[in-house]
Amino acid sequence: MIMTTLILGLVLGGTYALLALGLTLQYGIARIMNLAYGELTLAAAFVLVALFSGLGLSPLAAIVLIAPAGYGVGWLLYTVMMRPLVRRSGASGRLEVDSILATFGLLFVVQGVLLVIFGANLTSISYLDRGVSVLGVSVALNRLIAFGICVVVGGGLALAMTRTRWGLTMRAVALTPGSAPLVGIDVNRVARQGFALGTALAATGGASIAMYQTFSATDGVIFTMKALIIVIMGGVGNVTGALIAGLALGLVETFVATAIDPGLTLAATFAIFLVVLLWRPQGLFGRG
Amino acid sequence: MDKFTRRRSLCAMALAAVALTAQPALADGETVKIGYAVSLTGPNATGAGITTIPNYKLWVKDVNDAGGLEMPDGSKRMIEVIEYDDRSSNQDLVRAIERLASQDKVDLILPPWSTGANLAIAPLMDRFGYPQLAVTAVTDKAPEFAGRWKRSFWMLGGGHDYAKGLVEVLTAAREAGKINDKVAVVSVADGFGIDLINGARPAFEEAGFDLVYDKSYPLGTSDFAAMMSEAQNSEADSFVAFSYPPDSFGMTKTAISMGYNPAVFYVGVGGAFPIYPGITEGKSDGVMSIGGVDVNGPGIKDYFAHHAEVTGNPPDSWASAITYASLQMLEQAVKRVGLDHAALAEELSTGSFDTLIGTVKLEDNQLRDLWWVGQWQDGVFKGVNPSDKPGASAPTIPKPEW
Repeated sequence: MIMTTLILGLVLGGTYALLALGLTLQYGIARIMNLAYGELTLAAAFVLVALFSGLGLSPLAAIVLIAPAGYGVGWLLYTVMMRPLVRRSGASGRLEVDSILATFGLLFVVQGVLLVIFGANLTSISYLDRGVSVLGVSVALNRLIAFGICVVVGGGLALAMTRTRWGLTMRAVALTPGSAPLVGIDVNRVARQGFALGTALAATGGASIAMYQTFSATDGVIFTMKALIIVIMGGVGNVTGALIAGLALGLVETFVATAIDPGLTLAATFAIFLVVLLWRPQGLFGRG
Repeated sequence: MDKFTRRRSLCAMALAAVALTAQPALADGETVKIGYAVSLTGPNATGAGITTIPNYKLWVKDVNDAGGLEMPDGSKRMIEVIEYDDRSSNQDLVRAIERLASQDKVDLILPPWSTGANLAIAPLMDRFGYPQLAVTAVTDKAPEFAGRWKRSFWMLGGGHDYAKGLVEVLTAAREAGKINDKVAVVSVADGFGIDLINGARPAFEEAGFDLVYDKSYPLGTSDFAAMMSEAQNSEADSFVAFSYPPDSFGMTKTAISMGYNPAVFYVGVGGAFPIYPGITEGKSDGVMSIGGVDVNGPGIKDYFAHHAEVTGNPPDSWASAITYASLQMLEQAVKRVGLDHAALAEELSTGSFDTLIGTVKLEDNQLRDLWWVGQWQDGVFKGVNPSDKPGASAPTIPKPEW
């Protein structure tokens, strides 16, 4: 019973964490509060379905293609759409508001494009939809794969952020974008990298969601909300924080669903969110 | 002087635009204007996009291909459609209906998708006097509404009807010794799920069933592993979910992946959707859900083929056929009495109509001759309850393993 809750919760949490990694990078490093995040996730999910059902490409191979494509899209978005906002705002702190407004518009553009191309139907594929026994608990293989992707990508990213020079520059820009140029860091380049990498992670998350979840072109907001909660709980720009917050959320939801009542999962999510905001507004692992 | 300036080209474009919009006005006297506001975007776009919009488009095409809508004097008038997007918001919907009625002055208004949307526009439709053929509205209060708004018609029954039908099927199976008296039931904590579970609880109790697992879950839940494993451990032979489409699909996938094989597996909305067998990788046989069709009914086979050919997708096996049938009723009523709203409402209320689901005659402005429970059998979603309804199939219990 406890084992079931633990394993199901970890697997669920892993998928949540994967969803939030990209947003925490985009918000933390590029300072863009990307409200269209969920839509970009969905776009990747649709592309995966199209590749799978249209070309017969295995979803795992498709993810390998989709992630760099996401990087490209993010790079382009930042250069074309975000860079002018960043330049205009200078050091005035207007960027946050401007980026929210701009990406709010982007949300509807992407959603509209998805509706036109893929229609309003619920979309779902069946891939590796069989159970695997993990310590006696039956877990869907596709969710397990998503969990694996989360561990590899999230763990790798957390290591890179803390152990490499590249990670150091990323963190420098995240922490004090004003002083980073003083030590020779090209903030614009790093921010663009952060945003593009965030989009690549959004695409990876979306593509792995497509393997196990039914979705439609209008579901993006749900993903954005979930990711936002995890990002704020984990501390903005903190990869390790997002990983742990995601896993914790999955565990709590599963625990509440089995031990108390499935009707309270949402309430539990927001209760923790509220407690974190009151107790540590900078996030569990953020620096205050 | 003859330079092609920007201003001049703008003028030309404006003129061209005027010319384009003026085009239909020339034929104004001959067309019938039919307006509708549906959710092209937003959370309701999925449901409207499966059940409502394709059938409207299909019907308009069918009528126009046949020369137009026939009037009592035998003349035919082409249908001109005015379509608005309500963006899944009832405020926008109500505004759009007002606009259709007072500005566009359309001859007929077709209803939106979903119970809530139909209730939202009912007072307005009543005020403007338009008949409202509310197809995709499931409500136990239909008799009351039909009394309050005389020109409203309610065509999909109420939550209690579906719950009662399901309990009948399970009772018969228990009496035949195929299942035990334990039932695991989950329901979405939203309008439809609440309606059904409130109808089902007393009905199950009265029939002597024991609800060993009875939980609700919030709208938007996407992970069902914990709930399904609880249900699996509950010793119930029957699993019942009053769920919305994404949940129905999610639960099905979870049940397959964890090897949960109850004798009765019932899901809510979405179970009758054409993509359902695909969700289960072709292992949908035996799954029960809401709705159903009489596969040997007169028009159904042709309708499924025609729908798939024209719209690119097969229809769903619950409300799609009824939506199209409601439009056939409208067509026949117009042919008999013309476009006068009072006469039209009277004819819809009292007349009987030949449709693809057979001869339809409303009782107190409601369609009661419906399928409450259906089951996938040989890749087709067949109606199994009411069992005495002509064309009913016998349910397969226990369900074959995934």
